[in-house]
Amino acid sequence: MRKLKEFIVEKLILICGLASIFFVALIFLFLLKEGLAVFKTVSLFKFLFGKSWYPISEPAQLGILPLILGSLLITVGAAIISIPIGVGCAIYIAEIAPLKIKETLKAGIELLAAIPSVVLGFIGMVTLVPLVKNLFNLPTGLTALSGSIMLAFMAMPTIVSIAEDALYSVPKTYKEGAFALGATHWQTIWRVMLPAASSGILAAVMLGIGRVIGETMAVMMITGNAAVIPHTILAPVRTLTATIAAEMGEAVVGSEHYFALFAIGIVLFVISFAINVTADSFLHKRQQ
Amino acid sequence: MAKIITKNLNLWYGTFQALKNVNSTIEANRITAIIGPSGCGKSTLLRVFNRMNDLIEVLRTDGEVLIDDTNILDSHTDLVVLRKKVGMVFQRPNPFPLSIYENIVFGEKIHADGITRDELDEIVEKSLRDVLLWDELKDRLNEPALRLSLEQKQRLCIARLIAVKPDVLLMDEPCSTLDPQATARVEELMRELKSRYTIIIVTHNMQQAARVSDNTGFMLLGELIEFGKTHEIFTAPRDKRTEDYITGRYG
Ligand SMILES: Nc1ncnc2c1ncn2[C@@H]1O[C@H](COP(=O)(O)OP(=O)(O)O)[C@@H](O)[C@H]1O
Ligand SMILES: [Mg+2]
Repeated sequence: MRKLKEFIVEKLILICGLASIFFVALIFLFLLKEGLAVFKTVSLFKFLFGKSWYPISEPAQLGILPLILGSLLITVGAAIISIPIGVGCAIYIAEIAPLKIKETLKAGIELLAAIPSVVLGFIGMVTLVPLVKNLFNLPTGLTALSGSIMLAFMAMPTIVSIAEDALYSVPKTYKEGAFALGATHWQTIWRVMLPAASSGILAAVMLGIGRVIGETMAVMMITGNAAVIPHTILAPVRTLTATIAAEMGEAVVGSEHYFALFAIGIVLFVISFAINVTADSFLHKRQQ
Repeated sequence: MAKIITKNLNLWYGTFQALKNVNSTIEANRITAIIGPSGCGKSTLLRVFNRMNDLIEVLRTDGEVLIDDTNILDSHTDLVVLRKKVGMVFQRPNPFPLSIYENIVFGEKIHADGITRDELDEIVEKSLRDVLLWDELKDRLNEPALRLSLEQKQRLCIARLIAVKPDVLLMDEPCSTLDPQATARVEELMRELKSRYTIIIVTHNMQQAARVSDNTGFMLLGELIEFGKTHEIFTAPRDKRTEDYITGRYG
């Protein structure tokens, strides 16, 4: 009887596992089937490097370069803001903060991670956007910069928690060795702990950035959504994700526009996949 | 000449007393061995001399530890200066995950400002020569130190230490991860270094203590039971407990 129970449970778990793989494969196939269809009418090169995105004009222009640059600009901006703050915060939590502050900070960061992105986007819209507008004297605060700041907040929890973990798992013997040579705490952190944790910290950064690239709601709300090539970080931009979210509802099923949106999905998929694989390889390097 | 003197030294981890009224005189340019069964407080005593125990929050000490006539337990002691003067080699070799070169210049870089590349190169060569690694490693200075063999790592840790020009070398079971040949070579190195440094070695290996040391202290349950010339401790111990230990009656 017990054996039978074991058997059934085991098989059920196996089926669940297989099902999840099956669904992922299905989604991917669907994405490919719908997305690749667009290349019947536009070449891959023209699609990736075309400078204008006018999907409903006649004839449609399906160049996603402005969207790629929009995503890139916002992501780089978010990285520049979130990496130093996130890694600094991780160092503070792992090495410097007294126990009580450490617990509070960790809880705070988990809370930040738990805020739904629509809510963050909404808060950004009513606080950050006017601030950027007034600060730089712009016609509108809906800019790439606003998006970058917003996304930096979203990347931060991931960066902090994984980088903190990486610092925490640096062998205590390194720290002792540095102290025994007369190094101060800060010298020990800077010259020994950070190099020792570098692959884990890199992974933290990659995963944080990965989250930023896939983000949709918040950026759609505060970046202005203009599909033109941005020349400064103070210009409105539109990202790959926001384009899909905004236009999928109105695209006619089976139209060129519809297929192009799926092709954008493929591009996003490839980018996230590459980032995750790179992050993973850093994490594995650390474990060796 | 006395280099380190402990006077009525007591130490507590929270409520647990790990050192009980330790009185000893450690001579300069000699190798002093500290032996005793596991858990008797050998490492604890060693870590008093460079105040490594300060990392532990619940630690309390009283008594005096004079190094060159200065009480280093004094709260005004500059730990950076102390640790530069009193260096430590650990049980498991712990080179930093940096290159061989960077490991050796680590101390110099943190203590001296504006040192030139030529001066650093010189320090690297001299330190590696002192630990007899120069010929083996001179073409591999930019390789990661973690790639070295255990013995090379431990020698590198000694080189990294003498690069900051300490007076005292504390060694906590420095050979416990090495094979017998490597151990013999590291012991040989210790004899060579003795003329320039005061060396204190903790070991649970009595043969090692007998081979390398001039003076030996035997500890048991936090007490320093007997302290004196190595050959006297091993041939004519005065305390019954020392005799029991060296004849192998404790584990
Ligand atoms: N950080 C610590 N906190 C509490 N007790 C400790 C700590 N370090 C060592 N001890 C205790 O102090 C005693 C002496 O330890 P140690 O000096 O490491 O012994 P040995 O090096 O002779 O094996 C042991 O009983 C050990 O359990
Ligand atoms: Mg010990």
